[in-house]
Amino acid sequence: MDWTRILGQVAGEIVAPTTAAYALAAIGLNIHFGLTGLLNMGQAGFMLLGAYSFAIATIAGWPLWAAVLVAVASAVVFATILGIPTLKLRGDYLAIVTIAAAEIVRLIGRSTSMTRITGGNAGLAGEKYKYTFEELSPFPDGEFSLGPWQYSNNLSDSWWLRIVAWTVVGLACLLMWRLMNSPWGRVLKGVREDEDAVRSLGKNVFAYKMQSLVLGGVLGALAGILFVLPRAVQADSLGRPVTFYIWTILLLGGAAAVFGPVLGSILLWTVLMLIKTVMRDVIPTTVMRSEQIEMFGWVLVGIALMLLVIFRPQGILGDKKELAIRDH
Amino acid sequence: MTTEPLAVPAPGPLTQEISRVPGAHKPDPILVADGVQRTFGGVHAVDVDHLEVQRGSITALIGPNGAGKTTLFNLMTGFDRPNAGTWSFEGRPLGRVSAARVAQAGMVRTFQLTKALSRMTVIENMRLGATGQRGENLFAALVPPLWRAREREITAQAEDLLERFKLIEKRDDFAGSLSGGQRKLLEMARALMSKPTMVMLDEPMAGVNPALTQSLLGHIQALRNDGTTVLFVEHDMHMVRHISDWVVVMAEGRLVAEGPPDAVMNDPAVIDAYLGAHHDTDLGDDSLLTDEVAEQLEAEALREGNRR
Ligand SMILES: Nc1ncnc2c1ncn2[C@@H]1O[C@H](COP(=O)(O)OP(=O)(O)OP(=O)(O)O)[C@@H](O)[C@H]1O
Ligand SMILES: [Mg+2]
Repeated sequence: MDWTRILGQVAGEIVAPTTAAYALAAIGLNIHFGLTGLLNMGQAGFMLLGAYSFAIATIAGWPLWAAVLVAVASAVVFATILGIPTLKLRGDYLAIVTIAAAEIVRLIGRSTSMTRITGGNAGLAGEKYKYTFEELSPFPDGEFSLGPWQYSNNLSDSWWLRIVAWTVVGLACLLMWRLMNSPWGRVLKGVREDEDAVRSLGKNVFAYKMQSLVLGGVLGALAGILFVLPRAVQADSLGRPVTFYIWTILLLGGAAAVFGPVLGSILLWTVLMLIKTVMRDVIPTTVMRSEQIEMFGWVLVGIALMLLVIFRPQGILGDKKELAIRDH
Repeated sequence: MTTEPLAVPAPGPLTQEISRVPGAHKPDPILVADGVQRTFGGVHAVDVDHLEVQRGSITALIGPNGAGKTTLFNLMTGFDRPNAGTWSFEGRPLGRVSAARVAQAGMVRTFQLTKALSRMTVIENMRLGATGQRGENLFAALVPPLWRAREREITAQAEDLLERFKLIEKRDDFAGSLSGGQRKLLEMARALMSKPTMVMLDEPMAGVNPALTQSLLGHIQALRNDGTTVLFVEHDMHMVRHISDWVVVMAEGRLVAEGPPDAVMNDPAVIDAYLGAHHDTDLGDDSLLTDEVAEQLEAEALREGNRR
């Protein structure tokens, strides 16, 4: 077995822009679920919407900052539309509506009638919208390697993207920490525990839930931009499974913990890579083909998630004491 | 300068001069309700023609289980919508006003089934009760200097209240780890954080131990003496008799009597509402039965049985 190659690939996952994108989307979900108790089952929909908005605006010739603002604005509008009818109702309604809404975004995006705008089924090729981001890089052209990591400086899956992506994740963690430990975060936690109690203390619960939904959704949209910068915008690459991975990451790291999503994302993608590469090495292709190994990796993740929920339900960074109370 | 406190009637005399018919007019009502009705599929849970609550007094709302007391609380505080009726608080109509706005207007309630915020600490529960927090705005929350001072203020206020409610040792524990009685106390203390004009307490003493009850009764009286209006629901007649200035009795959704505690508890209509027609017990003393009296009653009952 070629351990240098395997470990190299695993190490690649630690810094990958995709890992950062998932961490960011999970931080958004943490604001929804960990902080406010909102069941958003369509975080991938926010990502896809952000990705489309960014790419389409860029293709239309808008500068980077404007394209990012368009993505943010569309997440705000989307969250508001979803929130108005559902946030007055009990939690399950939001869950159902967000699943459906995310599917609607995906289906509209890939429909043939939208081909001129979204590229339909084929999507939008990366080179059409990456250039504004790449042009902003301060680095000279070429490649750079550091330990197991060797990437292009500026192009596509680059160092430049990695640095920006993880900086954004770091800022989001800082934001989350600041908000969690503020009076605003306190009201959200109160809403998570008992809406009526918070109402009886004179707080407008609906407004707080809406703010939470919008803020977490905006982080989701930004995560969508990071997600498509090293690849293409393709509706099916941001479907329901992505929402499921984000939930896995959140539960793995520990809901309501600031660094939970970051740890969860790194852990999920490295372990998955480790399992896949090792299995490809040791299992002959006559027994299991490469795609089957890919699937088997997910089966193992599913089992690991079940074990986690049974034996460490608060997640890796979650507070055990907090969880003991949930049973009351 | 004379420092005569305003509108704080001495306990008791609210009221010899007030008539004792249900819905009687008060000299200075803070809460006035008219024609409030709430039905649940044919059941008239609340059907109150007229109710006034005197400002600065302690008013008890009593009545048998299912009388509609909690439903009336829910309606007044915006947690439920009536089929008909209007009411006003400090002259301001509050029908159709949201629960949060009712609380902001100064009328804060507690719940019969306590709502402690389990996965928050006791002190965080308390801080949440305070009003006028700029940091509760999303953008201001990002700039701590805007809210640090207020945070210190409300923390001190919270600690003071926790001290009084004997919860200070639990300051940093999760509220979910408190006992049932402690949760009642926490909820009441939390409601007081906003310094309300009027508190509505739904069975505040249920499950609180007698030693503490005594001191809490003192706090409720102190609240009244500071000018807060208190309306509370309670089944413990001892407590009702001990601290209330005025008692309102509900049965089957309607007001059946009101008046000073002693008079009300000897009112045949009230006793009927509670115990049905056949009885000869004084309600107010019922809960005060000493062992001695209880034994005596038992012996009497036995003798009567033997005679048959
Ligand atoms: N949400 C509801 N749905 C249906 N019926 C209800 C509802 N809430 C209350 N009721 C009914 O309304 C009536 C009054 O109930 P309420 O809870 O106000 O009584 P209460 O006076 O507070 O009684 P207790 O002293 O037992 O707390 C009862 O007959 C009850 O069954
Ligand atoms: Mg009740």
